[in-house]
Amino acid sequence: MDLRFGAGKPTDAERAAVDALLGPPESAWEGADDRNDTDLRWARGGREARERRELLLPGLHALNDRVGWISEGGLDYLCRRLTVPPAEGYGVATFYAMFAVKPRPATVVHVCTDLACAARGSARVCAELERDLGPAGSAGSGAVWQPSPCLGLCERAPAALAIRAGETPQAAVVAPATAEAVADAASAPHDAPAEPPAATAVPQTGADGPCSPPATRAGTDDDAAVPDPGPDAGQRPENSAHTEPHADPCARPESSARRDTSVPLAGGNGLVLLRRIGVVDPGSLDDYRTHGGYAALRRAFTLGPAGVIREVTEAGLVGRGGAAFPTGRKWAATAQQPDHPHYLVCNADESEPGTFKDRVLMEGDPYALIEAMTIAGYATGAHRGYLYLRGEYPRALRRLRTAIDRARARGFLGEDVMGQGFAFDIEIRRGAGAYICGEETAIFNSIEGRRGEPRSKPPFPVEKGLFGKPTAVNNVETLVNVLPILIEGAQAYARTGTGTSTGTKLFCVSGTVARPGVYELPFGASLGELLELAGPPETLRAVLLGGAAGGFVRPDELDVPLTFEGTRAAGTTLGSGVVLVLDDSVDLPRVLLRIAEFFRDESCGQCVPCRVGTVRQEEALHRIKDLTGAAAAGDIALLREVGRAMRDASICGLGQTAWNAVESAIDRLGAFE
Amino acid sequence: MTAIPLRPPRRLVDLTLDGEPVRAPEDSTLLDACRAAGKDVPTLCQGDTLTPKNACRVCVVEVEGARTLAPACSRRVEQGMEVRTDTERARHSRKVVLELLASSTDLSTTPRAAEWIEEYGAEPDRFGADAARVDEEPKVDNDLYVRDYDKCILCYKCVDACGEQWQNTFAIAVAGRGFDARISTEHDAPLTDSACVYCGNCIEVCPTGALSFKTEFDMRTAGTWDESAQTETTTVCAYCGVGCNLTLHVQDNEIVKVTSPHDNPVTHGNLCIKGRFGYQHVQNHAQNRD
Repeated sequence: MDLRFGAGKPTDAERAAVDALLGPPESAWEGADDRNDTDLRWARGGREARERRELLLPGLHALNDRVGWISEGGLDYLCRRLTVPPAEGYGVATFYAMFAVKPRPATVVHVCTDLACAARGSARVCAELERDLGPAGSAGSGAVWQPSPCLGLCERAPAALAIRAGETPQAAVVAPATAEAVADAASAPHDAPAEPPAATAVPQTGADGPCSPPATRAGTDDDAAVPDPGPDAGQRPENSAHTEPHADPCARPESSARRDTSVPLAGGNGLVLLRRIGVVDPGSLDDYRTHGGYAALRRAFTLGPAGVIREVTEAGLVGRGGAAFPTGRKWAATAQQPDHPHYLVCNADESEPGTFKDRVLMEGDPYALIEAMTIAGYATGAHRGYLYLRGEYPRALRRLRTAIDRARARGFLGEDVMGQGFAFDIEIRRGAGAYICGEETAIFNSIEGRRGEPRSKPPFPVEKGLFGKPTAVNNVETLVNVLPILIEGAQAYARTGTGTSTGTKLFCVSGTVARPGVYELPFGASLGELLELAGPPETLRAVLLGGAAGGFVRPDELDVPLTFEGTRAAGTTLGSGVVLVLDDSVDLPRVLLRIAEFFRDESCGQCVPCRVGTVRQEEALHRIKDLTGAAAAGDIALLREVGRAMRDASICGLGQTAWNAVESAIDRLGAFE
Repeated sequence: MTAIPLRPPRRLVDLTLDGEPVRAPEDSTLLDACRAAGKDVPTLCQGDTLTPKNACRVCVVEVEGARTLAPACSRRVEQGMEVRTDTERARHSRKVVLELLASSTDLSTTPRAAEWIEEYGAEPDRFGADAARVDEEPKVDNDLYVRDYDKCILCYKCVDACGEQWQNTFAIAVAGRGFDARISTEHDAPLTDSACVYCGNCIEVCPTGALSFKTEFDMRTAGTWDESAQTETTTVCAYCGVGCNLTLHVQDNEIVKVTSPHDNPVTHGNLCIKGRFGYQHVQNHAQNRD
């Protein structure tokens, strides 16, 4: 490949950021400054460099994290290092919402204006920010703020996320957000008050309610504050949690008797997936093992790969990301592919508006995901797992990084997992603000350093997935379910739930409820029972099930059973478990408009029905936002026609479902009547 | 390479097309099967020399048992498949896709677009006068060809022809996202600052006229472009020994553009800058000499 690069040169900071990721360049062919005689005689790099294309996205992150935006010189240098055509590098950089290719301040504040935050006053926060900092996108006072799609912090809505680029990039979550707190976080992200523990997002543990965070400590998850124990640190206490276990007043890991009764272990009266949240120290591998960690992997090794797949199949586990595909079948299909290597991808790009369950799992019990990924890799014959984490989850990233490093240091990842001769390792890949990258084939393109556009199926991922090789893609919650299946056995697991939806399900309850958060219920509980737990509003207008790609149900439909088949029979979907509650103060046409805006913003632009259809849908909803009856009828007919074509002819699930919620609002809620 | 491509014999699979049993070689597409059966399925992003991106979705057909419609240009035939090409459902999607395209881009130079719009009863105007359009000014930054992205339907053919499917130059890619996605050089730089080698193979595959010879663009602007007055002469390029075919499009005794036959077994319609644009010496008329 004979590439042509522009004249732009990287700044020292940009060069350092890229070199920190890729190592120093070996020759002028790779972008070294001095061209020597050897370089003139032998071209180096070539295929070898091109095979590193998968480092393009981490490289773009490195530039953006260091400078706050991606300059021509910086992008050129990165492309030269990886032998990526600069036009393609530019195409990838402009695909992601978190990157900018125009200068901007080092600090960018993302203010969530999505459904759950809108229901809890994000409009007011935005108005105040506009007054104090200037309009969105304008660089006043060293920071720029911009409205954002769902940040996955719905239980603490309204939410904001401040990110400051620099040698040590910083991120501060502000939730619940006020304009003042957002401005403070923007001017000093490192001084922002620490987030409450993950357990506060799980009302069933009894840790709900406001809990003042510690004044000085950022929590035990801060990898800078907790030195890595190193490979020989087997018996050493892993982090300060052992010496000061109650430093975090919200966590109350062992002392609270109340917690011990309200958080039963598996097989007790409820929590299975969430049982360790708030109980275990997310930074401590030893604590994880004390609470039953790595028993499932040990069992997996005694069962063998085929035995694990049999257990998972018999347990009836189906995917929790929304598509409800049988996990055992997916694993079996991957495992039996003759082509090698096999890959495992954990889809942690949780971006469906109103979804935050995976974040809570990853923040509260990161080792569980790592153990589950190891089991999945063992069952499917994969030796490499990619954990694709959405870019807006700084705390989950910190905790998972720490957990992976520690698991590797202790032989739970690496060349010889638990001394069983099985090699498996996990690499974290950060998304950069693109909902579409949660699509199971777009995630491959994103990891491979291409634009996160979905691929057409067939071929399916089990046959040709990541790098064209057989790949199993699983959602975080799906994977974590494998642990109780292996520990309790398939039969015991399948006793929970209904015949076709087995086990428990996490629900992300947000909006106008008294106790928003992640709830774990056995499949088959009714929507009404879930709402009772969360404290429904007095005057319920509607519940959005399944997020922006889901559907609305009416207050008189609360007996709908929360199972895949039950919601399907009721003409809606469980989706990823979003339960967004709207009271009668809601302006329904504006909620629909926000959903339409979301799909317009997040469409990748590849296929016509979605690229233009989502724009036409938004325009029509904009025209009728204040109209009803006959005045709106023409546009509703138009919406139906466009929606039908999007559903039938779009390449991927985004376009196919972009009309679902609007359609259900019109048909079930009588919007615009 | 031979004039008749050699390949191992391919098995035939049986399928039904609109109720009629047909046989098609395995690995062929539904579109191949449709065309072999004499069915006219509209296509835009499909090209005879490229692997289609199946992005335009105008060729969708109904496959029995599938939840969604399938793009005929990319879906392979399977044994026992039941395919319907002309159902109300497929026609509806084609109609809406044509409406969405025609309401956002300029299809005036897209061959057969007007015919399909009429055939499917598409009404692009019904999205209203305020419907968002791509709204791009033509990019005239060199003497050889013009990029008028107001006519671009984002079929990815030029990107594939410039990149790994033919030219391996990688001067252009898709940048941006969603409705704002555009074909672009790095940092949207002018072509003259890009990796472009002016082979013009992107023009060869562009299905809408968004990419055109500067001569054609200028003549269209001046209103003098008249395809009915043009002759096409296929000849052999004289620049080197490869022997590429050139088709010279001549109007008023002037070469106005150069294409290349796609069935040429060596070049498949691809040329280099000399064959594509180096024709001025041919018409360096006597009155212009001295």
